Amino acid sequence: MTRLKDIAKACKSKNAGPFHITLDIMFDDPKLFERVRATGVIRAELIAQLYGVPAESVQFTEYPPALAWKATIARRIPSGAIGDTDIYGAQQHAPLLDIEVPIQAS
Amino acid sequence: MSQTNHEVRMMSASGILGYGFPEASLNAALERKPHMIGVDGGSSDPGPHYLGSGKTLNSRLAMKRDLSLLLRGAIKNGIPMMVGTCGGAGGEPHLQICADIIREVAKEHGLSFKMALIHAEQDKGFLLEQLNAGKLRPLGNAPQLRAQDIEGAERIVGMMGPEPYRRALAEGAQVILGGRGTDPAPWVALAMHHGVPEAPAWYAGKMLECACNAAIPKKHDCLLVTVGEDFVQAEPLNPELRCTPMSVAVQALHENASPVIRYEPGGVVHSEHCSITAVTDRVVRITGMQWKPAPYTIKLEGARRVGFSAFTIAATRDPGLIGQIDSFLDFVRESTATKVKALGLSTDDYQLVLRVYGRDGVMGAWEPSKDAKPIEVSLIAEVVATTQEIANAALSLARVTLLHSDFPGRMCREGNMAFPFSPSDVERGAIYEFMLQHVIEIDDPLTMFPIDYETVGAAA
Repeated sequence: MTRLKDIAKACKSKNAGPFHITLDIMFDDPKLFERVRATGVIRAELIAQLYGVPAESVQFTEYPPALAWKATIARRIPSGAIGDTDIYGAQQHAPLLDIEVPIQAS
Repeated sequence: MSQTNHEVRMMSASGILGYGFPEASLNAALERKPHMIGVDGGSSDPGPHYLGSGKTLNSRLAMKRDLSLLLRGAIKNGIPMMVGTCGGAGGEPHLQICADIIREVAKEHGLSFKMALIHAEQDKGFLLEQLNAGKLRPLGNAPQLRAQDIEGAERIVGMMGPEPYRRALAEGAQVILGGRGTDPAPWVALAMHHGVPEAPAWYAGKMLECACNAAIPKKHDCLLVTVGEDFVQAEPLNPELRCTPMSVAVQALHENASPVIRYEPGGVVHSEHCSITAVTDRVVRITGMQWKPAPYTIKLEGARRVGFSAFTIAATRDPGLIGQIDSFLDFVRESTATKVKALGLSTDDYQLVLRVYGRDGVMGAWEPSKDAKPIEVSLIAEVVATTQEIANAALSLARVTLLHSDFPGRMCREGNMAFPFSPSDVERGAIYEFMLQHVIEIDDPLTMFPIDYETVGAAA
């Protein structure tokens, strides 16, 4: 098992408008991207589980041109509303870092 | 401006007006004889404060520096200069401050030109009519809008498409300042003004909206895009930066729900079948984008005032308190409520929000590691209330309760919290929230965005 933070180039989060957060997982090595892709681990259901939201509410896109996956979910609290903790949504990526991928790191 | 040039060169100065860009990059752009230079001015990203309060995101000084360089470059070269979503939020006060800066720069440098101001702030009466006519509908899971939501809003703007910019270009405006718009709108308008079809025009606009976000290494710098009948070509103007197929593809991920489908007024940009290839090691060509027309809609953005806020920052290094922080904070909430009631106020008059930094201050309920054992934690105690006076009063009571309350095993009876500041309590003033996730169906894309023209500078 390998953790995503040890093999991905980026795991990041950002607002997609005031009501949604988008999560990007990116690689810089096409072969490694394909190996991870072949495991089938990175999918909408996993994102749903990590963030405690229903799987059908995750907008999920595999995006090979950037060797990336993108998932978009509704914010817990709209950007800047009472109780929000992250106006830009740029620090909600931590759960992605520990995703376990069943490959051997080379 | 009626040439039928099918290769149109457009420049974007930086991610947002006021972020700054190297003057050398602007000069490099001008040497390439672009058909326009421009910059996007806004975003909803910094939160609802700017739309609600009418204040600008970036300072007047920083916006003036950028606008002065762009304006002088445009006038000297006889090309249009356009700014989208002026002042950060694109409301009327934001548009007016940018117009003031332009007039000031024109005066300082003796420049004269025709300027268009495109207004995006919406009249509540118009919106209520549209609501009653069933023309206003929610996006996704947003709730149906009620008349009182519109009436209670501080400010509502529509996100214009390229049409008002095209109209202003056709009317001969050289400087065009837009209120709130979809980010690519100014460049889409210019490209279409020169006969470029929707698909490459929109793709080019999307590349340009964040300037060198589409290049590596990431910097606030200028991007040049050449767009034609069936292609878009991107290159940074700073020789130290490069566009690569990967950096261009990555731009599609930026702040979008989907990297391949983008909803815009009047249609959808599809880039599932794009081919992205390197022309040189710094220049990338993209082909295969598609535009699928859809009924014309304008997205609305609105902010409403939710109250007045005051906050204080405190921290504890006491392991006994950290070990029972949740029950302690429950006690603080209850005890504060009792004291607030004693002032003759109701618990409906205020909300106490406690954020625990060092534990889940950043992610709240999404924090996956709730069992971590921090050696110190910081608290931000915030009160949002119906008036500033109540916010200050309730915060003051919450602060003293945090500082001087007993808990089981308390070792330091002198105080539970380290406060870094005196005064400890900070007034934040009126605070706002975004309240619209809705679109309006409109037949004529120009009706919601009136344009004013003026001749700036000395009469010719």
